[in-house]
Amino acid sequence: MTDTAAAIAHFLGFTALLRRSGFAVAPEQSMAWLAAIELLGPGEMEDIRRAARATLAPPPERFADFDALFDAHFLGSIVPGLEAGEPSDEEPLRAAEDGATGPEPEFGDETHESGAEATRAERLLGRRFSAGEDTNTLRRFARALPSRLPRRRGYRWRSGRTGKGTDARRMFRDAMRHAGEIVKLRRRRRRLRQRRVVVLIDVSGSMKERTQAHLAFAHSLVRAADSVEVFTMGTRLTRITRPLRLKSREQALATASLLVADWDGGTRIGDALNAFLAVPRFSALVHGAVLLVLSDGLERGDPTAMADAVARFSRIAWRIVWLTPLAADPGFEPRTAGLVAARPYLDELGDGGSIDKICAHVLDLAEMSAA
Amino acid sequence: MAVRQKIVGIGSPRELEEALRAAYYLADDELSTAAYLALALGKPLLLEGAPGVGKTEAAKAIAGVLGRSLLRLQCYEGIDAAAALYEWNFPRQMLALRQAGAYGDTIDIYRDEFLIERPMLACLRRPGEAMLLIDEIDRSDHEFEAFLLEFLSDFQISIPERGAIKAYERPVVILTSNRTRELHEALRRRCVYHWIEYPSAEREMRIIMMRASGVSERAARAVVAAVGRLRREPLAKLPGIAEAVEWAEAATLLNEQGERWPEAFRRSLGVVLKDEDDLVHIAPRIEAILAEAQA
Repeated sequence: MTDTAAAIAHFLGFTALLRRSGFAVAPEQSMAWLAAIELLGPGEMEDIRRAARATLAPPPERFADFDALFDAHFLGSIVPGLEAGEPSDEEPLRAAEDGATGPEPEFGDETHESGAEATRAERLLGRRFSAGEDTNTLRRFARALPSRLPRRRGYRWRSGRTGKGTDARRMFRDAMRHAGEIVKLRRRRRRLRQRRVVVLIDVSGSMKERTQAHLAFAHSLVRAADSVEVFTMGTRLTRITRPLRLKSREQALATASLLVADWDGGTRIGDALNAFLAVPRFSALVHGAVLLVLSDGLERGDPTAMADAVARFSRIAWRIVWLTPLAADPGFEPRTAGLVAARPYLDELGDGGSIDKICAHVLDLAEMSAA
Repeated sequence: MAVRQKIVGIGSPRELEEALRAAYYLADDELSTAAYLALALGKPLLLEGAPGVGKTEAAKAIAGVLGRSLLRLQCYEGIDAAAALYEWNFPRQMLALRQAGAYGDTIDIYRDEFLIERPMLACLRRPGEAMLLIDEIDRSDHEFEAFLLEFLSDFQISIPERGAIKAYERPVVILTSNRTRELHEALRRRCVYHWIEYPSAEREMRIIMMRASGVSERAARAVVAAVGRLRREPLAKLPGIAEAVEWAEAATLLNEQGERWPEAFRRSLGVVLKDEDDLVHIAPRIEAILAEAQA
């Protein structure tokens, strides 16, 4: 009996270790695992591992961590650095170290235009963001937004006086009150839902002054609309929707900036967009959504890659709006090769020079006609 | 937790694997263990993986092994209770009511004959004969997921006019997801989980030989190599297992009609790549890929 108790304690030690390492394990899953081990009998270690995978359900992208922890706990191999701390916090840190060992460009971001070398070396820097000054604009924006966002037809119905279909259920219930006589024709119509907005924020060196304001804007958008996804793109792609859901803007921006490792580096917009499209989970988000890109479109890489990616986006998204700070100049014409090539696929190429302007564009999305 | 050691005579993951093979499905150790545990522990089985790795196929094979009919509920954005659970047959109710009124009878209009069963209700009422497959749950919206949570924990639903209906035994339920979005943690927790990978080259080869008719081993090997290569490309739609099988069959057919080998593969490429952009992307290198695959 004590043997069994010791064995169970050893197994539960593993679930505790998983929890410490940031896996979500519910008691009911631990119980299912113990039941599974009992079912499969005291056979091989592999059975126990498979049972653990099936019942404790680690997310696929962390299978390697999971296996390493399993080996550490049951086979006694040592995994340095895995046990402690949140993995999401470690990621940018490790990346930052990598960046430091690589060829670090000597000059600042102002010299990026000529510094091909600087763009090639990914600059992975941590950076903190604080709340900006556009608080009032954003507050007004958040208040106006819910009623102004574009809508699509949902699947569900709501009953009403006008509409295409008849609401049979409702009519039937009414009829019973009137001795089976249909007194009134009830109608129903599709309920409307907000379209999703997917925001891609360029965090490269050339957009350095704007990123803070853009993040604050994205935070307001995430808080006010039903369905928003926010990504940053620089030399890599980072999803920051989750931290932006925090209520306090300061906290949200601080958490988001921890996740992003490629502040103020170079941009390979084409690569970033293609990386986005290559992940089915991400590209599915864009289906029928408004894609909002906040970027100056200064592409360091291959301009055709960028144009191809935008063309593909134009086929899955409902609308693509590209806002660039360069368009604040009234005589603005897209000049960079990437933007010129991508221009035909954009529904709108507009002024993203200030938060006011960006907010106005978003509020007018519903009135936009198809390009 | 109601644990059953044996289900239709299957007492271990290995036995399930053999039974699945007899049903023309090659499962690996991980999948057969997860499926066996789900059946034995009476929990739903959640299968996740890229499109085309054989999630739905696995569910069909398991239904075949259990000797149960498969009730399939395809999810989509905006799926609601009327499509998943039940619906009242209003016109029939109305007619019955009129008829009863004319003869001065009374009638219970909430009898079974006026109830249209949808997959989830059907599975609750006949858990011993049917198996429920909730397909592509990632397409449904969060409301439906929350509703499913309730269903999967108690296997009970309530119809306002009739009261609660509870399954007399735990039904077998399989959920699949393409992972286009994260499922809710609570839903994952209730299930036994398995992530289906693309099969190894050797296993995919065996699948093709088993599923396709009249494909030579050489052709199958070339298809597996080429498909494996294509899956490493940044394509919009990666070829699944079904596509690999079809490609092998299509190319064999063309070859029998006198087309030479690499050309037969190239001309039947439309079976594997079904996206204009993908075809354009791969076109410059397809010759090289095929040559490499055939070597």
